[in-house]
Amino acid sequence: MAKLYIKDSKHFETLKPKEETVNFLLNYSRALSVINCNKLKFEALLN
Amino acid sequence: MKQELITDAVLVSNYIKGHESALAVLIERHKQKIYSFIYSKVFDRDITEDIFQDTFIKVIRTLKLGKYNEEGKFLPWVMRIAHNLVIDHFRKNNRMPKFDNGQEFNIFSVISDSSLNAEKTIIKEQVEQDVRRLIEELPEDQKQVLVMRMYNDMSFKEISENTGVSINTALGRMRYALINLRKVIDKHNIVLTN
Repeated sequence: MAKLYIKDSKHFETLKPKEETVNFLLNYSRALSVINCNKLKFEALLN
Repeated sequence: MKQELITDAVLVSNYIKGHESALAVLIERHKQKIYSFIYSKVFDRDITEDIFQDTFIKVIRTLKLGKYNEEGKFLPWVMRIAHNLVIDHFRKNNRMPKFDNGQEFNIFSVISDSSLNAEKTIIKEQVEQDVRRLIEELPEDQKQVLVMRMYNDMSFKEISENTGVSINTALGRMRYALINLRKVIDKHNIVLTN
């Protein structure tokens, strides 16, 4: 029987970021605040 | 199901207004496309993870600073950021090329140990011995100046003070010492290289 050189699509792992990466981004977003001061914008990272 | 009904534009607008949960929905909605796009360029999980993270950090900062111009193209905009970061990654790697020590390439052909090996150390000692013997053959006044200058590391001023001759005479003696050494080396075909 001929060999099949393609992978079964069921075995392809889905490409997606790690849970930690997504959590880091959400936490980063919560921690980041922008302060407006006389037309200037300052970023503050509050952990 | 309800989440899918909310457009990206609305979610972005909500996020700018301070609804943090909108970002979670946006990431969840597009993470696979963006991650796959980056992976298709770099073929490395860790680097993909880094670039994905940097992409969204840029997205978050731009949105929070109010610099995002809503044109209903959130995903293409994020993809463009990811694309630029991928290019940055390759540029950075070109500046600092990495070498894997595979079969085709050996890092030690580029980087070498500058210290002498056992054979070269022996040759160096022999050359130095030969030079000393040649110096012994020089006239006493020239030998004296050469030894003081080369082995005792004295200045010509110090040599002149020690030998009681003028600096010019000391310089002349040094010059003749070197000329005479070269003559002897040439005459006897002595090889003094390591």
